[in-house]
Formats: sequence, structure tokens, C-alpha cells
Amino acid sequence: MIVKTEIPRQPEPIHAPDWSAVRRDFPALAVEVYGKPLAYLDNAATAHKPQSVIDAIVRHYTESNANIHRGSHYLSQKATDEYENARKTVAQFIGASDREIIFTRGATESVNLAAATFGRRFLDTGDEIVVSEMEHHSNIVPWQMLCKEKGAKLRIIPVSDSGELITDNLEAFLGNRTKLVALTHVSNSLGTINPVREIVAAARERGIATLLDGAQAVPHLPVNIRELGCDFYAFSGHKLYAPSGIGVLFVSKRLIDELPPYQTGGGMIRRVTLERSTFDDAPGRFEAGTPNIEGAIGLAAAIEYVQFIGISHIAAREQELLGYANKKLADVPGLKIYGEATEKASVISFTLGDIHPHDVGSFLDREGVAARAGHHCNQPLWSRFGVPATTRASMAFYNTESEIDALVEGLQAAVSFFS
Amino acid sequence: MYVKALFYRESTAKLPKKRTTERKTSSNRLCKKVLQHNNAMAAMDKLQQLYQQVILDHNKNPRNFGKLESATFSADGVNPLCGDQIHVDLTIESGVISDIKFSGAGCAISKSSASIMTTMLKGKTPEEAEHLFEEFHELVTHDGDEPVDEEVMGKLAVFSGVREFPSRVKCASLAWHTLRAALRGQREASTEDKVN
Repeated sequence: MIVKTEIPRQPEPIHAPDWSAVRRDFPALAVEVYGKPLAYLDNAATAHKPQSVIDAIVRHYTESNANIHRGSHYLSQKATDEYENARKTVAQFIGASDREIIFTRGATESVNLAAATFGRRFLDTGDEIVVSEMEHHSNIVPWQMLCKEKGAKLRIIPVSDSGELITDNLEAFLGNRTKLVALTHVSNSLGTINPVREIVAAARERGIATLLDGAQAVPHLPVNIRELGCDFYAFSGHKLYAPSGIGVLFVSKRLIDELPPYQTGGGMIRRVTLERSTFDDAPGRFEAGTPNIEGAIGLAAAIEYVQFIGISHIAAREQELLGYANKKLADVPGLKIYGEATEKASVISFTLGDIHPHDVGSFLDREGVAARAGHHCNQPLWSRFGVPATTRASMAFYNTESEIDALVEGLQAAVSFFS
Repeated sequence: MYVKALFYRESTAKLPKKRTTERKTSSNRLCKKVLQHNNAMAAMDKLQQLYQQVILDHNKNPRNFGKLESATFSADGVNPLCGDQIHVDLTIESGVISDIKFSGAGCAISKSSASIMTTMLKGKTPEEAEHLFEEFHELVTHDGDEPVDEEVMGKLAVFSGVREFPSRVKCASLAWHTLRAALRGQREASTEDKVN
């Protein structure tokens, strides 16, 4: 295998696939739960893996397992090529260059990497970082810790009743002490697709750096980094039909060489003496130790799969499912949906009268429906809405209308049991 | 090029081969359907066992609900998995629990567990209360079908259905974790705390 030069962005297929055939590519969807077919509606937590991803991992271990970047032997070179080609596959998928792609453990580590390096280099006492009320804990806590350490201030963009960012007075958040705006692209609980392009543009105009948490965006809508214009973009592999333990941090060219190393050790150095060390160029500088090689290869296979279907076909199919679910859920007595943004991904959080989400969850579970009950790592958001927890159903392109029917049946069973 | 998607393969595969497999398995399918039906009935039974009448009653009308102004021991408990929070107040006089109340929000299992717990502890020493927690934890986590010793467990026996729902064990034990923290003079408890 040869290291590919830049991979061109894959063209979108013209036609949507046969969705029932697509479903058969995911072996785990055939699992039975308590004698009922599994209805997997927890895709915002993690997605299932197509056979091609599973095969790619098996192939890696059967045909090209070796450590990368240091071997003088055939297998090591092969593994290195596969790993670096995976980086290029990721780069073309989001419209970046491969020098801007850092492999991490997941979106959480990506944000932590950004906080650790950007914070150490650019943040001073009295500076400000802006996040929003709808952030996942992984895009709040790292900034809280950083602000505490540096004596900086964390400012919060509020959320409206319909679950959208209130950006009327955005300028007030973009002051001359603001160093970074860190926002989620798509809300993991509300499904809201935020107007990140406009917000990033406003921040850029004022020389403020931007980070987008794309964990819930990349699997569900076309993402082009150049169009977004952000400095950091974080996402996980496992929500994108790839294995867990692999994620991506995109860092823009203008910033990546300015950042100090993150973790240090092997694989990221140029020269080490007992007195001092010099470091490799980006992105290798940010990938100390043996990385998750199979993860990167699995992620590339997942991206190839997604592009084979076409991300805009995926987005359209998921909008269809979202519309169907909204219609069906409207008939369930006492059901209240949180998050009614006009631009919304296929995630629905709701409460069911005064039945606690955990009790709802057990009824759904016994119907074979996998949904999520709890705070979904959004505690500040739920205290804003005055509910401790919700039930969340999140759909992927491989879900079906009949799975949504099973969800509704489970909800109705819970309603009649507790009434 | 490595074939990226099976659906591509399937859509170009020859159809007759598929039809024969279908015919062969039609009787299997019937058996499977019967099995599915039986399993579905069993699933409903498990839910009935989990949500026994006593539990539903305590959920709707929790006993000893509220704050205890004269409390000598208090603690807050949290289930980090779902964010449920509970507060337990109690007084100890002459070495025994003389009064106990709880407040907070939670699911039917956690609320009824807290309610039933408060009805059982008055007149018990802290050691007896802690011992009861261990017994209770054993009850809701124990593997196997042995009948519950109702003499020891008393009203707590209604929680034996929880063992079929591992994801609900923490709901059932939140109040007890909080009680134990209060008895030990700790302000906070988590369902992630070790029991033994």
C-alpha cells in the first residue's frame, strides 16, 4: 500500500439507497430483546457499526497489525500507511487538510486537548470563554476547570423555551477579553442545529477563536470545515458508525502550529536529551504514544460507508423519520417534547406526564425499545427547563417507522399502567 | 477496491437463492413467533413484579415526605446516572432513630424505596439500619430465584422484582445510600458508593 496524496472529497451518490437493504449491513440490529425485535433508538449515545467497519478492523489485525511510525519492516509500513490514509479520509470528509486532523479518544478528549493547549498558550487572568446553556458536560467542564486555573471567566449564552440559542445580543458576549467561543453544532438532547456559521463569523471578525462540538452533527448532516470557518472542530467515531475509542480534533492551519504539545512521550518528539526535548510537527505532536490504530482504520471505513450512501441522503431519511415520530408522539397523552427548533436533527427529548423517565425507560426496554432516560450529560440545560430528567429517542438512517411504532406502544403501555 | 457496503452486494445478488432459504425456514418462523409471544408475556409479568401495588401506592402517597426541622443528622444523595436527588433528615434519641423524613424527586422505584425505608427505621439503632441496608442490597442484586425471606425483609420484600432490572438497582438503593451517609455524619452520598 502506498500513502495516498490528498484524497478528493467523495461525490454524493445521485440516488438514495434501498433503506431496508442498508439495515442488513448492521448485524447488531438483528438482536432480539426479551423475545422482541430490538428497536434501537439510542443513536445519540452511540451508533451501530456496519459489517464493513467490523471487517476493516478484523482485516487490520489479520493482515497488517504492527506499530506505526517507527518500524523498518513491511508490516509497520503497511500499518502506518493505513493509519495515515485514514487521516486523509477524515480530512476530505469534513473538507480539511490532513495536517489539521488530530486523532483522539473521542470528542471529550478532543475538547480537553483544545482546552489544555489553547488555554495554556492564550488564556490569561480576566479573559473570557463563552459556552452555551445547551452544552454537553464535555464542553462545559473542561472550560470550567481551565477558567478556575487561569482566573478567567466562563460566560453562558442562554437557551430559549423552544430550545434555541438566544443570540440577539451576541455582541455582548464577544468582548475584547473574549478569547474563545465553544459551542455545540447540534444539541445532543434538543436536536437543535445551531446557526454556528453566523456565530463563528461574528467571532472571527473580532479575532476570537472558535470551537465547535460536532459529535451530534457529523453523523447526521454534511459538514464542511472551510464553510464553517471555525478553529477547532471535535467529534467522536462511535456516533459515526465507527468503533469507540477514536475521535477527531480538527485544528485550523493558522492555529495548529501555535499550540504547545498536549500529552508528551514517545511518537511526538523530534529529539530528546536528558536536559530538553524538541517536538514533532502537527498533527503528530499531539499524538503521544501508540495511538488507536484499529480505531482510525475503523473510522475511515465508517466514513467510506457513510459516503457510499451519501450524507445528504442520510440527512433526508432521518428528517423523514423525525417527522413520522413527531406525528405519532403527538397522540400520546401527556407527552411533552423539549426542543422545537425549526432546524432540528433526529433527536427527541420528552417527558410523559408525571411518570419519571426511568420508569418510562423500563417499559420501553421490555418492548425491546432502546431509548435513553436521564439527563444525557446536560444537567444545566435541564435545570433551565425545570425538569431533572427526560426520555430521549434518537434516530439514525437505519431505523424504521415500525420501530417508532414500538416506541409509541411502549409509551402507551406505561401511560395506562401508571394512570 | 474493498466492497464498502453489503447492501450493494445484496442488490446485485441473484434472487432465486434467497427464495429457497425463505421456504426452508417458514416453519422455524412460526416457532419463533410463538416463542416471541411467550417472551412478551413474560416481559409484562416482570414489569408487574417490579411495580407491585405497594410500590405504586408509596410512589403516589409517599410517607414521611418533607423536611425535619429538628434533624440531628442529614445528607443529600445523588444518582449521577440520572441526576435524581434525595435529601434525608433524621433524629437520634437514646441511641435509636426517633424520627426520619425524606424529600426530593425521583422515579417510582427510588421514591417508594425512600418512603418504605422511612416507615421501617423508627426505633432502630444506626447499626440495625446499616445492617438492613446490606440485606436490602443483597435482595435487589442477588442472582437466582431463591424465595425472599419475608420475615427478615418485611415490607422491603416488594423490591425483589428489581433484581430482574439491573439498571434500576441504583434507583432502589439511592435512599439507603443517603441514609447511611447521614448516619455516618457525611453530607453527601452517591449511588456509586461501595455498599460493603
